[in-house]
Amino acid sequence: MSREVIKVEHISKLYRLGQVGTGTLSHDLKRWWAVVRGKEDPFLKVGVENDRTSKKSSDYAWALKDINFNINQGDTFGIIGKNGAGKSTLLKILSKVTSPTEGIIKVRGRIASLLEVGTGFHPELTGKENIYMNGAILGMTKKEIDRKFDEIVDFSGVALYVNTPVKRYSSGMYVRLAFAVAAHLEPEILIVDEVLAVGDAEFQKKCLGKMGDVASHGRTIIFVSHNMQAVQSLCKTALYLKAGQIADIGTTESVINTYMSREIRNCYSQRWEFENAPGNELAKIISAEVIPYFKDDVNIIDTSTAFDLKFEFYNAVQNQIINLSLLFYSSAGNCIFNVGTGMRTLDKGIHTGILKIPGKFLNDNIYTITLMIVKEGSSALFYLEDILTFEVVDEPRTSAWYGKWEGAVRPTLFEFELK
Amino acid sequence: MTNEKILNSNDDKWDSNITPSNRLLDLNIKELWQYRDLLFLFVKKDIITVYKQTILGPIWFIIQPILTTFVFVILFSKMAGFDTGNVPPFLFYMISITLWSYFADTLNITSKTFTDNANIFGKVYFPRLILPLSKVFSGFIKFLIQFAFFIAFWLYYTFVAKSIIPNWYVLITPFLLLIMVTLGLGFGILITSLTTKYRDLTFLITFGVQLLMYGTPVAYSLTDTKVEKYKNILLLNPLTSIFEAFKFAFFGKGEFNLFWLSYSVIFTLLLLIIGIIVFKNVEKRFIDVV
Repeated sequence: MSREVIKVEHISKLYRLGQVGTGTLSHDLKRWWAVVRGKEDPFLKVGVENDRTSKKSSDYAWALKDINFNINQGDTFGIIGKNGAGKSTLLKILSKVTSPTEGIIKVRGRIASLLEVGTGFHPELTGKENIYMNGAILGMTKKEIDRKFDEIVDFSGVALYVNTPVKRYSSGMYVRLAFAVAAHLEPEILIVDEVLAVGDAEFQKKCLGKMGDVASHGRTIIFVSHNMQAVQSLCKTALYLKAGQIADIGTTESVINTYMSREIRNCYSQRWEFENAPGNELAKIISAEVIPYFKDDVNIIDTSTAFDLKFEFYNAVQNQIINLSLLFYSSAGNCIFNVGTGMRTLDKGIHTGILKIPGKFLNDNIYTITLMIVKEGSSALFYLEDILTFEVVDEPRTSAWYGKWEGAVRPTLFEFELK
Repeated sequence: MTNEKILNSNDDKWDSNITPSNRLLDLNIKELWQYRDLLFLFVKKDIITVYKQTILGPIWFIIQPILTTFVFVILFSKMAGFDTGNVPPFLFYMISITLWSYFADTLNITSKTFTDNANIFGKVYFPRLILPLSKVFSGFIKFLIQFAFFIAFWLYYTFVAKSIIPNWYVLITPFLLLIMVTLGLGFGILITSLTTKYRDLTFLITFGVQLLMYGTPVAYSLTDTKVEKYKNILLLNPLTSIFEAFKFAFFGKGEFNLFWLSYSVIFTLLLLIIGIIVFKNVEKRFIDVV
């Protein structure tokens, strides 16, 4: 059974940075001239490694560099990596949406890719017409769709509206219909991008179940996601991309471990020398620290981990009435909540503030903290943004659902009884 | 993943390869054929979405050429005084406009294939040529509706009013139509391929198509004495001999010039081949620059 169905050899992809504009023509001409003279493309050499945080030193960047791997028939293969690691580029190349700059991919069987649900949906067409349209775009023949039509309508749960134009659908119905078509594809190789992030919990579970079925029928699935839980539950093997190169490949578990240890580069603590500590003549911040209480030998903060946030600051004015205020920002930049200490009259000198966050309170997210030192409960003496950054990952779930847990916080510590 | 497995898979039979570039003229007809249902659905979509939520529905396909015909009759026949001989100006301009709008629509829409469909092309693979081909077919359906209308008038003038004498060349008009639309398609896919990276050409195309109409015997006939001295320049336009042959077949008036028709056929085929080569070359990477 372990026949190779995909063999990726030396795949690289070069992107030009910045805009296509008037300067591009001269590059194109130089490149063309080099090719005419039988020389190497001059711009293939200048690509910098794909690292978006560094200032660019070249107009070109390698989104992927020398990728090699194989996938066997019946594998469920996960691709993980941070945003910009090259996951999408690799998917696009595998789905033939764009082509590699170098290298070759050999394929056995028909590939269908789901980079998006509902590709080609036309708002004026009815649900039925769109099922056919979308199915055909994804590579199904009319016969195949005819055969599966009832099943698709059933799966989507929009049977009542199948003759209504989809522009009248709610966004939920739209997505369900689109996914229903996708879920009934039967290619030898199915490529799925993070489309599981859509739809409600029940529907997601249905989709994951459907994909599991597909895999057990000897079909191959390539699955890309940020959701480690979903990757872990669905994929046997995984590939971890970092800056356009393979950082690890192997069993999903070991790859996810590598990913966790390398990518979660957070700012768990900061400490300054008194002379150059951030602040002003009234107050200075000396240190900030996240102190997690790990259970067992786990050393990743997940949603069930309790932790303290500890701050040291210097009060420069005797008998100043002070309180501390903390703002929790999510990775999307929204303020999740704001907590403050009570006001106290403080002596001149170094003081400490500790906030205790219980486990089972925060949702999984990357949190960024802003610390404010407030005078007399009204004006900020000093504040520092991004003083701490840390990630809270999803805890191992006991249910079969792996979708994104909704909400800014996840206070499962609240008592919620079912009698 | 392991060496052992690599050694086992020594049967080198792969179904397809994904590589940086295509062979020069790799049409892959087989693949196009596999996607024929998609072609059909695209055509269906084009047709039904046009008249959704309209009262007159497909009648709109007729109204537009009729109104244009009236304007042309007044403008070119009455005011400018172009001679249509014994052919009723209404009939003369009707076939001209029906043909021209099929050609111009095909050219206009296929020349935007990549930019208009970047969204779909960026998400899923199917043979890209399916899209411009579907436009040729949906345009053909629209053409047929308009043409049927023309035929009704033509039958009246031929057999009832007996003012025009058609000839057996009518039988080759489907072939002329094929050449005309292939020319539009070839031109269109060449332009869309050239405009993915540099948009400059799109500006040229919008008014270029309008100007081209004046260089094609749409509003006049080559046999008109006012036109005759420019005949040899006009015939360089591959559309000219096609339009003239069409009118010759249906009205018995016009030019049927085998030499210039052959020129049009060769021109069209060359353009189509170049168009496909460039199109196939661009489709692999356009999504990065569009």
